[in-house]
Amino acid sequence: MAPPFSPAVVRADRVDRVALCGRTKTGRAAGGQDLITEPDDVTEAMPVTSTTASAPGFAHLLGNPWLRFAARRLGRLLVSVWVLVTGAFLMIHLIPGDPVRAALGNTAPVELVEARREALGLNDPLWQQYADYLRHLVGGDFGTSMLSGLPVSEVIGDRLPATAELAVLAFALAVLASIPLGLAMAVLTRGGRRKPVELAFTSGSVLLAVVPEFLVAVGLVYVFSVELGWAPVAMRQGPSSYVLPVLALAVGPASILARIVRVETLAVLQAEYIRTARAKRLPDRRVYLRHALPNALTATITVGGLLLGGMVAGTVLAENVFAWPGLGSTIVGSILAKDYPVVQGVVLVYGLGVLLVNLVVDVALALLDPRSTIRES
Amino acid sequence: MTSRARWAGVLRTPVGAAAAVLLGAVLLLAVLAPLLWGGRADEVDTAHILAPASAEHWAGTDNLGRDIFFRVLVATRTSVRLALLATAVGVAVGLLLGTLPLLLGPRLGRLVTAAVNIAVAFPGLLLALSFAVIFGAGASGAVPAIGLAIAPAFARLTQTLAASVAGRDFVAAARIAGVGRVRVLLRHVLPNIAEPLLVNATMAAGGSLLAFAGLSFLGLGVQAPDYDWGRLLGEGLNGIYLNPAAALVPGVAVVLAGLAFNLVGEAAAKAVGPRTATAGGRKRATDDARPTPTPTPTPTTAVPVRPQQSAQADALLIVEDLKVSFGPVTPVRGVGFTLGRGEAVGIVGESGSGKSLTALAVAQLIERPGRIEARRLELLGDDLLRTPPRARPRLLGTSLAMVFQDPMTSFNPVQRVGRQLAEVAEQHLGHRRGPALARAVDRLRAVRIPGAARRARQFPHEFSGGMRQRAMIGMGLMGEPKLIIADEPTTALDVTVQRQVLALLADVRAADDVAVLLISHDLGVVEQVCDRVLVMYAGRIVEDLPVARLRDGARHPYTRALLGAVPDLATDRDQPLVVIPGRPADPAAPTPGCAFAPRCPLADDHCKRADPALIEDGSGGRVACWHAEQRPEPAPAAATEGEGR
Repeated sequence: MAPPFSPAVVRADRVDRVALCGRTKTGRAAGGQDLITEPDDVTEAMPVTSTTASAPGFAHLLGNPWLRFAARRLGRLLVSVWVLVTGAFLMIHLIPGDPVRAALGNTAPVELVEARREALGLNDPLWQQYADYLRHLVGGDFGTSMLSGLPVSEVIGDRLPATAELAVLAFALAVLASIPLGLAMAVLTRGGRRKPVELAFTSGSVLLAVVPEFLVAVGLVYVFSVELGWAPVAMRQGPSSYVLPVLALAVGPASILARIVRVETLAVLQAEYIRTARAKRLPDRRVYLRHALPNALTATITVGGLLLGGMVAGTVLAENVFAWPGLGSTIVGSILAKDYPVVQGVVLVYGLGVLLVNLVVDVALALLDPRSTIRES
Repeated sequence: MTSRARWAGVLRTPVGAAAAVLLGAVLLLAVLAPLLWGGRADEVDTAHILAPASAEHWAGTDNLGRDIFFRVLVATRTSVRLALLATAVGVAVGLLLGTLPLLLGPRLGRLVTAAVNIAVAFPGLLLALSFAVIFGAGASGAVPAIGLAIAPAFARLTQTLAASVAGRDFVAAARIAGVGRVRVLLRHVLPNIAEPLLVNATMAAGGSLLAFAGLSFLGLGVQAPDYDWGRLLGEGLNGIYLNPAAALVPGVAVVLAGLAFNLVGEAAAKAVGPRTATAGGRKRATDDARPTPTPTPTPTTAVPVRPQQSAQADALLIVEDLKVSFGPVTPVRGVGFTLGRGEAVGIVGESGSGKSLTALAVAQLIERPGRIEARRLELLGDDLLRTPPRARPRLLGTSLAMVFQDPMTSFNPVQRVGRQLAEVAEQHLGHRRGPALARAVDRLRAVRIPGAARRARQFPHEFSGGMRQRAMIGMGLMGEPKLIIADEPTTALDVTVQRQVLALLADVRAADDVAVLLISHDLGVVEQVCDRVLVMYAGRIVEDLPVARLRDGARHPYTRALLGAVPDLATDRDQPLVVIPGRPADPAAPTPGCAFAPRCPLADDHCKRADPALIEDGSGGRVACWHAEQRPEPAPAAATEGEGR
C-alpha cells in the first residue's frame, strides 16, 4: 500500500541519503582501508596498494568492491529473513489468550482444543517450538490450516501465482510508465519552461499519489465497468480482467516515481557533467538518455526503491476489491477466521517477496551506479 | 524569520490556504456531524432499502434503509479520531525508537538503528496486517496496528534528523560541558528537529487515515454496528452496480480528508525549510549570473567598442559587442575581442565580472533563460549567430574544446572515462565504437595519463583531481581543436597539480597551434600561460594588454589594484593583505558612469556620469578609463573591508 504510508518513507529516505553521504566520508576515513583512493598519480597510489598487499589473501578478496558488496548485501538479506521468520513465529505467541480456543470458538469442546494444541505443538517449550518451526520451514512445511486441514504450502501454491502475476505486471507498468513520463516532464519543464504543464503534472501526480490503490480501484470499477462496461468488475477471467487490478495497483506508485524521476532529472540537468556533455555537442537525445537518465535513475531508485516493495503488499487491497483469487484475499479471510497457520505462511511469503524486490532494487542500483557498491559499508 | 511567521506563511500560499481550509472543515465536521445528524444517520427505514441516489437520499440508502450521505458525514468523527489516535501511537513509538540511539550511546544505538532499518524495509500494510493478527480485528486492534506500522518510518526520520543535529558544534559543546544525554536530547536536539517532525506527523496522519480506511474496508478495522468511511466504502462496493454513490461518496470523503492532511503537511514542509524541500536548487550552472527581478534600464549610452584592426585576417575568434542577459539583468554588457590562431589570451576579473559567462557565450553554452546578443560572433570564419543550429555541432564539437573549473563534477559519474571521450569521435568523426575507444586511449596517453588503456576502463571517481582535469583536456583533443576555452581550470587543484595542468595546456598549444582562452581570477596563472590579458570588470573589458606589460604597463586603475592585491615574497607580512576597497559592482544595478568609479581612487564627477569607451592606445593595448594617462603613486590604502580576492 504505497500511498498511505509513503510520504514519510520517501522523505525519510531522502534525508537519509544526505546523511548517508556524510557517514560514508567519516566511515571511509576511519576504515583506513580505502579502495576508492584517489591516487594522484601512480607514484602516490603505491603506498596504498602496498599496505593492502601486505595483508594475506582474505584482505585481497575483500578488496574487490563487488565481492564486498555481495557479502554485505547477502548478510543483510539473511538477517532480514531471520527477523521475518522469527517475527512470523512470535506473531502467534503474542496473541493474547489461547489462539486455538480463539480459532475454534467458545463452544468447542475442551478435548478438541487440547488435541489441536498438541498437534500444533503449542504445549512444547517455546525454544523447542521455535526449533521445530525453523526445521519445518527448511523442509518446506508451513504447517496446516486450522480450518480446512490443508497444508499451508498447498494453499500458498494455489494462490501465489495469481498474486505474483498481478504484482509483476503492476511493477513493470509502474516502472515503464514513470521513467519516460518523468524524464519527458523534466525536459519539457526545465529552467522554468511551460509553467502550465508543470502545474498540471505536479498537481495531478500529487492527487494520484495520495489516493490509495483500493480507492483508485473503486473509481476504475465505477468508470470502466459500471459506466462504460469495458472491463469485468471482478474475478480473474481472461486478459481483460487483468487491466483494472494492474492499473489500480500501478497508478499510485507510478505517479510518485514519475515525480521523483522529474525532480531528480531536473537536478541532474543542472550538473556540470551535463554541461560537459553539451560542450561535446552531443545531440539532445543523447544528452538526456545517456548522460542525464542513468544519473537520475540511480537517485530515483535510492529514493523510491521502497515504493516497489510496498507494491507487493498493495496487492492485498487490490485483490479484495476485484475478488482476485490470490494471497491477498486469503490472508484477510484467514485473519478474520483466526486461521493462524495460514496467516503465518502468507505473511512469510509476502515478507520474502518484499525482501526479494528490495534485493533486486539494490542490485540494479549497484549496476547503474558503480560508486554505490563501495559506498555504505 | 521566526517559526510562527513561517507557519503563517503556509497560509499565504494558495495550496496551503486551500488545504488549511479543507482540514479545518474536516475537523469541524468531525466535531459537529454526530451532534447534528447522528439521529438521521441511524434512522432505519425498511420501506426504502438499498435505494439508489435520489433527491431525498443523496447517496441512496443501505440495507436497513439508512441514509448513506448522512452516515458518511457522521463517520467523519470515527475516521478522524481513530486516524489521529493511530498517528499518536506511531509518532510516540517512532520518537522513542528514533531517539534511543542518542540515549543508549553508540554501541546499543547501532542495534536499534539496524532494527529500525530492517523494519522500514517492510511495507506498512504488511506490518499493519501482522499486528492486526496479534491485536485482533476491530478498532481497538487496528489503532495500535497502524500506529506500530508507521512507527519505523517515523523512527528513521527522527534518527537521521537527530543524528544531523547531534553532529553539530553546539551539541558537542554541550556534551563536553558535561550535559547528560537526556538533557542534550530534550534541550538541544528535539527543539531543533521539532518542525520537520511535526510536518511529517501531519502527513503521517493523512497516511493513517487512508490506512485505517483500508483496514476497515478489508473488514479488519471498525466493526459493525460502528462505522467509518472504510467500512461504508466496503459495504457500498458490493452494490456498486445498483448504487455507485454508496461506494463513491465515502471514497471521496477519504480522499478529501487524506488530501487535507497531506497538503497541509506539504505546504508546511516547503515553508519550514530546505531540509524537506525538493532537490531542485542545487548549484547553478553559471555561478556568475545572479538574475534578480530588479528592473534596470539597459545602458543607453551605447559604448562604441572598437574592434581591433590588427590580425583580423587570420582571426580565429571574433567577438563584437557581446551581451549576455538573464531577464532584466545583463551581466555581460558589450564585450569585444579577437583571438588569433595559436594565441593564448587570459580573461581576469573578480567573481561576478562576467568572465565565465563570456566564455560560455562564446562556446554557445548559455541556457535559457539566459540570452546572447552580439554584433559579431565568429569562430573559424563561421558566424555562430547565424549558422543553422544543425550545422553547428560538428564545428563546435571538433574545433572547440572546453575545460571546466571543477574536474570532480565535470565527468559523468556513472560512465567510464574512456566512453566519455570516445563519444566525441563517434558523434562527430563518424568513428565506430572500437576505433573511437582506441582514439580515446591514445588521447589519454597524449595528456600523460599513465596506464591509459587501463584508466580508460575506469570510472571518474577512480581518477584524482589532476588526472581528471588532464582527461578533460584529452576529451577536448578528441577532435582537432583550434581553440581551448579553459574556465578556471586549476582553481580546484593544489599547486603542484596546477602546474602540471598548465604545462599540459602550454604543450598542447605549442604542438598543434591551438589558441587558448583562459579564464582565471589568478593573475599568476594568466602570466604563466598567456600572451595577452583581458581584464573584465562588471561585464565589460576595461583593459586589454600584452602580458609582458602587465606588471609595469597597466593603465587601468582596476588592473593596477588587482596587481597590488597579489601578495608576493616581498610582501610585508606584518601589514594586512591589500584588498580592493568597496564591493564588486552589482550587475542588477548598473550605474550610468564607469562601473569602477565607486571604488576608484582617481574617480571624479565625470567618471560617475559617463562610461569610458575601450580605446586602443596605439601600442597594441586597449583601455577604458578617463584617467588612463594618469599614473598615481601606487599607494592603495590597505583597507580591511571589502572582499577582494
